[in-house]
Amino acid sequence: MATSVRATGGGSAPPAAQAPGSSAGPGTPRQRPPGRSGWRSTLYRLDLKAVPYVFVAPFFLTFAAFGLFPLIYTGWLSLHRVELGGSAQWKGLENYRSLATSEFFWNALANTFTIGVISTVPQLLMALGLAHLLNYKLRGRGFFRVAVLAPYATSIAAATLVFAQLFNTDYGLINTVLGWVGFEPVAWESSKWPAQIAISVIVTWRWTGYNALIYLAAMQAVPQDLYEAAALDGASRWRQFLSVTIPSIRPTILFTVIVSTIGATQLFGEPMLFGGSVGISGGSGNQFQTLSLLMYEKGWVTGALGQASAIAWVMLLLLLLIGGVQALISRSNHKRSQRNRSSGRSGRIRTKAGS
Amino acid sequence: MARTLDSTTAGTPRARRLRSSAGRQHHAGPLTYVLLGLAALVSLFPLYWNLVAASHTGERVVKAPAPLLPGPRLFDNLAFAWNQVDMGEALVNTTIVAGLVALSTVLFSTLAGFAFAKLPFKGRGALLALVVATMTIPPQLSVIPLYQIITDLGWVDQLQSVVLPSLVAAFGVFFMRQYLIEALPVELVEAARVDGAHSLRIIWHVVFPVARPAMAVLGMLVFVQAWNDFFWPFIALTPDGNPTLQVALAGLGAGNHTVDQAVVLTGALISTLPLLLVFAVLGKHIVGGITAGAVKN
Repeated sequence: MATSVRATGGGSAPPAAQAPGSSAGPGTPRQRPPGRSGWRSTLYRLDLKAVPYVFVAPFFLTFAAFGLFPLIYTGWLSLHRVELGGSAQWKGLENYRSLATSEFFWNALANTFTIGVISTVPQLLMALGLAHLLNYKLRGRGFFRVAVLAPYATSIAAATLVFAQLFNTDYGLINTVLGWVGFEPVAWESSKWPAQIAISVIVTWRWTGYNALIYLAAMQAVPQDLYEAAALDGASRWRQFLSVTIPSIRPTILFTVIVSTIGATQLFGEPMLFGGSVGISGGSGNQFQTLSLLMYEKGWVTGALGQASAIAWVMLLLLLLIGGVQALISRSNHKRSQRNRSSGRSGRIRTKAGS
Repeated sequence: MARTLDSTTAGTPRARRLRSSAGRQHHAGPLTYVLLGLAALVSLFPLYWNLVAASHTGERVVKAPAPLLPGPRLFDNLAFAWNQVDMGEALVNTTIVAGLVALSTVLFSTLAGFAFAKLPFKGRGALLALVVATMTIPPQLSVIPLYQIITDLGWVDQLQSVVLPSLVAAFGVFFMRQYLIEALPVELVEAARVDGAHSLRIIWHVVFPVARPAMAVLGMLVFVQAWNDFFWPFIALTPDGNPTLQVALAGLGAGNHTVDQAVVLTGALISTLPLLLVFAVLGKHIVGGITAGAVKN
């Protein structure tokens, strides 16, 4: 269906140019064969010109219908007072203003930030270390790689339900083990920081192995002679890791930082299911309510779709802001590393290794 | 096993040089094995404990100290979860959704990836940049209008409301483009054209055969993602209607049906086991796929 629409749309110029030729075609018998081959070559040109657009069309049509249109519509909704099934009422920036004065919003924003930091930073640092270990010549490397990737096969729901039991204050294994070491039981769900740490542990558990494999692949593309040169200069293994490995895979690190940041900003399932019956409000005192949870609560529990839309747009603006800052950092890093490059050759390797 | 990663760049001079110098790679010391063993233990223990918890009674699971060894109730719990809370139906639904999403994503991503990699057309660079840019838009931005749309269409609890928005993904388009840029010589396409093949024939006889390994990897990755997807299915489907496994699980966990934690965790086990089996069998290919997709970014 979409094919025929796109085909005529993409190749409208050639048929128009063909029209006079084909009307002249039937005039004499001798002109007919060139006429037919002209038609065929038009078809051929149409095939060449239109087909790329036909091939990329499914993505853009899907995106337009389920991504772009809703994105804009959410923006429109955020300027209105809307309830499910009701008609919209213009409110201007009122939804945003009420967010700015809502302690729930600032609480959710702060929670999203703190959970994001305490899940992303340890996760990526541990992934780096893990990748470094996996990069050694190993027996059973296949087993280790698949083992650390296994959590990635687990869904948010399954992982969170298992960890909610492990973190249970009264009978959970984690408090039992802490008890053996002489610690008092921790109220993992009801106190603020323990709850945020527990949620971060779930996120970290699921994603560390995945990130480690991404780093590992980047590390394997670092030329061995860079290490040899560093070793000749007397650099220790640790020094080599800091001065050769890390700079060489910097683009990959940046990629994982961006992906993890996006994921952390959207955190929803882990806090919701970790909280059990009070999950949607992020615990009895909203102590781990994230922006996504607050948005869900506003939209589907309270029914204030306009306010929920405003929260969604704030999330996009936040991501754009974070993305902008990260782009600035990476650009200044890039400039610095360009200045530091001793030769054109190592520069070429560096760009090839990462991007 | 070890060759998986190398094979993604096999053939390039750099890869050959790497392999020739691989003999000088450091051997792992005992500490490395200890640390990696610890990492493997931490990764696998929650999965093991899930199995343990699913094999006890609900009362036993919530009594300190929590059980560490499998109990006798696994099959009872499985039967209960299967019959009483429709895990079977959820399993079927999830398989349908993940299968359709994987199939259509692979097909459309291959076509678009081929166009972006090898076909010249106006606006190619800008459109590709747009594809990549869409990856950063959080799903939260579209759920409210989407929910209104599926409500108006009467699609709440219908699987198509989960399948349609995921028909093709920017990641897949980008992934296939990266693969085809290197794997498909443009001469092959041109030769086929000279022979008079039209685009569909070229797709069928040239692009698909070349792209098959990447299509398999992408299919697995998308299948895993669709299988585990939570946010939008949780909104579009209800535990009582036509849930996917994740939605059914969320219903179990929130105590809608039961507060028997052993049954809840049996549900978690049912949702995890199929993918874990796939990982156990195809693990090295998936590892290779993830690294291949990431390192070229």
